[in-house]
Amino acid sequence: MNILSVQNVVKQYANHTAVDHISFDIPSGTIFGLLGPNGAGKTSLIRIITCITKADVGQILFNGTPLNINTPSEIGYMPEERGLYKKMKVGEHLIYLARLKGLSVTEAKAKVGNWLEKFDITSWWNKKIEELSKGMSQKIQFIATVVHEPKLVILDEPFSGLDPINSLLIQDEIIKMQQNGTSIIFSTHRMEQVEEMCHNIVLINKGKNILSGEVNKIRQDFKQNAFRVDFAKEIPESILQENGVIKKNNNSIQITQNDLVTMNRWLAEKIQNGNPITGFKEILPTIGEIFIKQVEENNIITE
Amino acid sequence: MDKLWLIIQREYKTRVFNKKFFLITILTPLLIAALSTVLAFIISYQSDDKMKIAIVDESNIFQKTIKDTKKMYFTFYSKSAKDARQTYLKDGFDALVIVPPFSDPNSTSHSIQYVSKKQININIENTIERTFSKRIEDYKIKSLGLDENLIKNLEVDISINPEISVTDGNNIASTNYSNLRTAVASGIGGIMGFLMYLILFINGSNVMRSVMEEKTNRIVEVMISSVKPMQLMLGKIIAVTAVGITQIIIWIAIFLLATTVFQLFVDIPQPTDLEELKKAGSSIDPDDIRVMMSQLMHELTQIEWWYLLPMFILYFLGGLIIYSSLFAAVGSAVGDDIQEGQSLVLPITIPIILAFYIMTVAVRDPDSPLALWSSIFPLFSPIVMPARLAFSPPIWQVLLSVFLLILGVWFFVWLSGRIYRVGILMYGKKASFKELGKWIFYKE
Repeated sequence: MNILSVQNVVKQYANHTAVDHISFDIPSGTIFGLLGPNGAGKTSLIRIITCITKADVGQILFNGTPLNINTPSEIGYMPEERGLYKKMKVGEHLIYLARLKGLSVTEAKAKVGNWLEKFDITSWWNKKIEELSKGMSQKIQFIATVVHEPKLVILDEPFSGLDPINSLLIQDEIIKMQQNGTSIIFSTHRMEQVEEMCHNIVLINKGKNILSGEVNKIRQDFKQNAFRVDFAKEIPESILQENGVIKKNNNSIQITQNDLVTMNRWLAEKIQNGNPITGFKEILPTIGEIFIKQVEENNIITE
Repeated sequence: MDKLWLIIQREYKTRVFNKKFFLITILTPLLIAALSTVLAFIISYQSDDKMKIAIVDESNIFQKTIKDTKKMYFTFYSKSAKDARQTYLKDGFDALVIVPPFSDPNSTSHSIQYVSKKQININIENTIERTFSKRIEDYKIKSLGLDENLIKNLEVDISINPEISVTDGNNIASTNYSNLRTAVASGIGGIMGFLMYLILFINGSNVMRSVMEEKTNRIVEVMISSVKPMQLMLGKIIAVTAVGITQIIIWIAIFLLATTVFQLFVDIPQPTDLEELKKAGSSIDPDDIRVMMSQLMHELTQIEWWYLLPMFILYFLGGLIIYSSLFAAVGSAVGDDIQEGQSLVLPITIPIILAFYIMTVAVRDPDSPLALWSSIFPLFSPIVMPARLAFSPPIWQVLLSVFLLILGVWFFVWLSGRIYRVGILMYGKKASFKELGKWIFYKE
């Protein structure tokens, strides 16, 4: 079952196409990475999903049904550029936003209270937003995004401006929510986090879908059969002279072979020749590397 | 609807429960009252100094009697004019008045000498002129042997009684009204027009600032992932309109309180008492402030408040909704660049200011074509029509004006909503009128 199914969506503005025939599916209960360089059309696409704007062509199914007036209350959206009403108090503000998502007063109060407790910030209830630091208000924004327990949470650069401790705190909460069945769309430039957290990604450039699928599968697809081999002692000069070998440090090399079978044969040969090996690992490309490579190739093609 | 209600509540609370609202709403009328009191005091200022004035009466017509006034004490001085000039200061007088011999009773112009250390001021001059001319007049009447009653009968005092007469077939419908009625109507019209102008400006620019704030601190994107832009804009406009009504209510309360307090301290005779006094033949000084107040109160009770007040509220709502939606549209297009905003705000402020000036003309000449058509055009009518209403304009004009006002509300809210929904999400684009025009026709 897919929480979201984007089908052939097009969105045009006065003089450019922001979203150009994009299609992808997001399986329920997974963390999904929406990637792309600045100006690729991510925000335009998110605005269509959150019902802020409408697609010119194509449709989006949310939990199997087309987007409708009830969809926004099932979605929690934290935009990249985000703000709060400075003059309002923390508790009052969170309750206001929760009620706009359809919660009753008592529900909103209880849930806001729980979240503040979870983050150990109940003392902020009567603080004015303008007294909060950037990191503090980011926590409040996160709570505002998830307080109504949406089925789908969309987070645009959720960690920008957060210190490592708070970053980890939010990251833990995201994973917890996912484990409880919430689906999450994650739009970010921090590739190591994508690799760490996302199950599936889509890569968008200039409004077009240039790559999509499972993170592990994509890394496999883009692998170049490079391996890392650690030797027990100093590496003989003969090995370093071989084709495709790059010396990493005194005891390890990186080597590229045609496939895994050839590589294993190569290893057996070296071991038999009296070169004990302590480590062997396939080197998969990082999502970051794939991102850069794909976007650059795509740009050359379109130019 | 629930969401709209939530937005209205928040927008209303943030506006009413803060210091600025208190300052503007409570202190503005107090400040105006204080200012007008000070002005009135300055205008009516008279020096408190009491003056002792010596009179040398060479004409001998005053018979040593001249009534003292509040600030002037007259004493007859039995010295020659020449001596008096030298001694009046020593004898403790502030000034000396010399009345030369009075030769020809047929002459109409007489001069009196005023001697003092200081420049004569207009108050002293007026008082002396009044006092002495009356006495000289009496003297002339006597010495020429005229009948005092006959002379009284010569006095002519014309008052115009305006009457509106409309011929309808064979029936002639006439309404009489007093001059004071016209003045009161102008006053009410002017005050209503001015209040409208004030509230439109205060609350209109307030809406604009709040939209700009939401856009620049980016809360707006969070908001419209929960509510429609139109809901957000409408919520704001309705809240601001409610704030305006709150202000009006507070002002009316302050006004009523002030008049009650005033009545407690100043004893204003009832109009019926005045009539009885007149019948009884006692004289009523029409310049007496208390009599004027009484007549004013009487006129005020004669005004058709049951008609005026609801109409005023109707125009108030219409005007506030039209202009705050326009201000919201501009605010959404401007963002944080106030400089750039000025050029976009101008087209909204110009009709308000124009309407205000037309209103001042309408109060003086409520049936002129300018006043008539302006009170029908929906961008002007919220300010101009309230000014005309006290003069009871023909019903077709009022109906047409109200109809167009409602149409205007619908149209301008729609127009502003179209601009607003695009504007609040548009960053870094310079908003020109051409751009705004395009936004209106954007698809969602």
